Amino acid sequence: MQTWSLVSICVLLAIIARWGVSLNSYSGAGKPPMFGDYEAQRHWQEVTYNLPIQEWYFNTTNNDLNYWGLDYPPLTAYHSWICAYIAKTINPEWVELHKSRGYESTQHKLFMRTTVLVADLLIYIPAVVLYCLYLTDGSSKKKVSIMFCFLLYPGLILIDYGHFQYNGVSLGFALWGILALGLGWDVLGSMAFSLALNYKQMELYHALPFFCYLLGKCIKTGLMGRGLFLLVRIGVTVLATFALCWLPFLAEPSQAMQVVRRIFPVARGLFEDKVANTWCSLNTLIKIKSILSGDSQLYLSLACTLLAVLPSCIRLLTKPTFWHFKLALVNSSLAFFLFSFQVHEKSILLAALPACLLLNDLPLMALWFLQASTFSMLPLFLKDGLLVPYIVTSLGFLFFSIYLLSALDHCSEDKLRLGAYNKLFYWLPKIDLAFIVRWKFYISIAAMVGLSIATAVLIPPPHLPDLFPVLVSTTAFLHFLGTFIHFNVVQFSEPPSRKSQKKSN
Amino acid sequence: MAADSCSWFPALAVGVSLLKCFFISAYRSTDFEVHRNWLAITHSLPVSRWYYENTSEWTLDYPPLFAWFELGLSQVARRFDANMLQVENLNYASPATVLFQRLSVIVTDVVFIYAARECCRCVREPKGSRDVLSRPSFVLAVLLLWNFGLLVVDHIHFQYNGFLFGFLLLSVAKHLQSQHLQGALLFTFLLNLKHIFLYVAPAYGVYLLRNYCFAEDNKDGSVRWSSFSPLRLLALGAIVTSVCALSFGPFIAMGQLPQVLSRLFPFKRGLCHAYWAPNIWALYNVLDKSLAVLGVRLKLLEEAELPRASMTGGLVQEFEHSVLPSVTPAITLVCTLLSILPAVASIWLRPHGAQGFLRCLLLCALGCFMFGWHVHEKAILIAILPLSILAVESREDAGIFLILTTTGHYSLFPLLFTPAELPIKVALMLMFTIFSFTALRKLHSAQGSLLHPLEVIYLLGLVAVAIACEVVFPLSPWQQRLPFLPLLVTSVYCAVGVCYAFLRLYASLLLRREEKPKQL
Repeated sequence: MQTWSLVSICVLLAIIARWGVSLNSYSGAGKPPMFGDYEAQRHWQEVTYNLPIQEWYFNTTNNDLNYWGLDYPPLTAYHSWICAYIAKTINPEWVELHKSRGYESTQHKLFMRTTVLVADLLIYIPAVVLYCLYLTDGSSKKKVSIMFCFLLYPGLILIDYGHFQYNGVSLGFALWGILALGLGWDVLGSMAFSLALNYKQMELYHALPFFCYLLGKCIKTGLMGRGLFLLVRIGVTVLATFALCWLPFLAEPSQAMQVVRRIFPVARGLFEDKVANTWCSLNTLIKIKSILSGDSQLYLSLACTLLAVLPSCIRLLTKPTFWHFKLALVNSSLAFFLFSFQVHEKSILLAALPACLLLNDLPLMALWFLQASTFSMLPLFLKDGLLVPYIVTSLGFLFFSIYLLSALDHCSEDKLRLGAYNKLFYWLPKIDLAFIVRWKFYISIAAMVGLSIATAVLIPPPHLPDLFPVLVSTTAFLHFLGTFIHFNVVQFSEPPSRKSQKKSN
Repeated sequence: MAADSCSWFPALAVGVSLLKCFFISAYRSTDFEVHRNWLAITHSLPVSRWYYENTSEWTLDYPPLFAWFELGLSQVARRFDANMLQVENLNYASPATVLFQRLSVIVTDVVFIYAARECCRCVREPKGSRDVLSRPSFVLAVLLLWNFGLLVVDHIHFQYNGFLFGFLLLSVAKHLQSQHLQGALLFTFLLNLKHIFLYVAPAYGVYLLRNYCFAEDNKDGSVRWSSFSPLRLLALGAIVTSVCALSFGPFIAMGQLPQVLSRLFPFKRGLCHAYWAPNIWALYNVLDKSLAVLGVRLKLLEEAELPRASMTGGLVQEFEHSVLPSVTPAITLVCTLLSILPAVASIWLRPHGAQGFLRCLLLCALGCFMFGWHVHEKAILIAILPLSILAVESREDAGIFLILTTTGHYSLFPLLFTPAELPIKVALMLMFTIFSFTALRKLHSAQGSLLHPLEVIYLLGLVAVAIACEVVFPLSPWQQRLPFLPLLVTSVYCAVGVCYAFLRLYASLLLRREEKPKQL
């Protein structure tokens, strides 16, 4: 069969899976007074459509920032504004100022779901298809298999189409950036990534690897010659893209400052809810929030994040290859997720995207991490009534990624890139690390399944109401920490030689 | 990828089962309530009341074996939500009820998956290792397991067809493997589960009589009367009567047989279903309607004299034709019998082995579909699924298959009319169609193209019909005045394709060259 038909079947399946999930409930459905992210997005449409652009980020009589005030960068606001125009032509009630608060109907749900699908079809899905076709090695069947698993990653589908958000847009732009960088179009890549940053500030998780890769490349080509020229071109492109996105807010400095304040709410705590990062997990042992003041929490997290990001970024700076770039993206986003300030459980998607890029090179590790990342959001899915789609998509992803990528078939030490561990622990007797890894994988999957069932079915003891969410987040944290360490080790070991890859295919 | 082992079959089965789970909270038709009601009836009422109960308008109108099946299901349903098992709880659809009913369809599809596996075993594999994706058994597995029609009708619209077609395909596979008694047993079970499979009963009857009861043929392929084996006939008779006794026995004992039969064959319903199936009568109705309109225009007819009835009025109803003679059940019966007679006669005279039987079965199914009384559009699946087996084996049949499936599947579109399901049905249909076209073309790439250019143009016309009916029409002012126009256009356009496929299939049976004895 031709590749095009396989690709189109994959994409159609991905669409069906997305739409199948979107038939389910969304966050905050029928839960006044605050509702959830769905209402937040609808409210942004209402605000951007009805108010002048100068009022979008300000607390005014018509714009109550305490009720889902706009706290994403301008590109999100423009997107809401476009959606609002379409909504207005279909049914003006959907975006009517003040009166439309908490508006819910079947038609409106259909409209909102469609906007997500359209954005995905325009930005995320083409980027995935092109990435898999052009930047992965192997036969066309292998490429399509990778694409299939990439497109069916459950976390993103469940958050965007179940919970309701537009992560596909920012992640899609970032992926376009990665794609362009992989193909050698550095200027276009940096433009795409600037767009991603301007859509969602969380894309900062990926910013350092982008910066280090491009800078490293410039240095390598010679900072005095062509490298400098490239650096200037990239710098100008980034500045121009930013300026274009922020144009309406640049007239007055106070405007721009307000947007920045809204985007980075440092006043919020170190963490909220139960998130699978270091601070929340540490909290079960030490109550950090009560020991440290707000400012020192901020500095502590900043310092830890920088320390965690530094090794992989320096490595990338000295060896600016695409392989190191991909690894640095995972490491940097995981470092941010584990150590930075005010992390949401959904931010793990930022680490999941680069992990998907590694599905071809390190299938077992990548899919293991991806599965854990979906699992870490389980309490959220349960709250939104997405248990059935969670089970279906997770089982499907686990089964097909193992089957199509033959992840468990040949996991020798070499394949898993465990060679570095043997060097690290040279004083220990030689053991079969691949065997241990495989068993760890089985045990971890069993633990995730067990905890999922327990969380969904069992009622926690009255004195420990948060027992299961804490267990889930701690388990997920251990997985993330393990992945973080492993991918750092892999980045510091020898890069895969082309030859051995050719042989294995 | 595992190239030589058959690990792809479980993967396909698991994949499609998970896909089905996506539709748990999708739109469901009144058939959902029908089956919930049957669960309630069989669970909470004594057997003697099953076929008399009429609290709900959806009375039990499947044969008794299906009622027993529902009784079995209700034992599990109790653990999900006991309230769904009360007859008075009309239109009861709690989340647990929905989950149970949907899962029951997905789980009972195991029969279908097993049957598909057996069918794949019957397909001849060409010599030489080829790519998994272009092996006939793989293609057949996808065509059966991922069939668009079944996914839509069973898992969104809601019915238990997968389970029933499992029996049909399994019995076909048994015949292909020359295990005739097992095949007959399975088919009798099937008939007692859903009597719509009477459509293909003539093919079974004649084939078993000819190929099983007469053990040998003459040299020229005609029947050798002396080889008749009464023992075999007796065995067949015993199987049929014992299964029927199991199913209908209790009702015969209670003297309820007339009541049961009156429920099974409701001839009070109209010629066509609420939405016209794409068959001859759809064309006949349109011809009648246009003649009437033309007559009024030309002042040949008085508008006041014409019988007033909207033909696609939504409810099941009778209606009279204006110009052409009205059609009665008796006429449809005669037409149906006439249409299947040549096929049945042909396998009596020249059996052509199990292949010939399969072809005759298809013609019976299509003949009944074309000329039957009150045919549902879903009945096209009785032809599409078995045709998949032939499609992977010969180029000619692959061409017919592509025309029949594409039109037949498209004619199922109006079943899902809710806007939320539009992306799903379009994507599913595209996926299945793209796969069947590319895979079958690859499979028969050595023998030239599968479709005539005119056929391609006709099929591309479906895209135009789809866009007009699904996108343009709902936005146009005609939506108010002529709400049934898209249904009419869809069924008429598809009727042409189905008729054409029917004729081509007939031609392929009757004009087969003698020197090609197919042995399976």
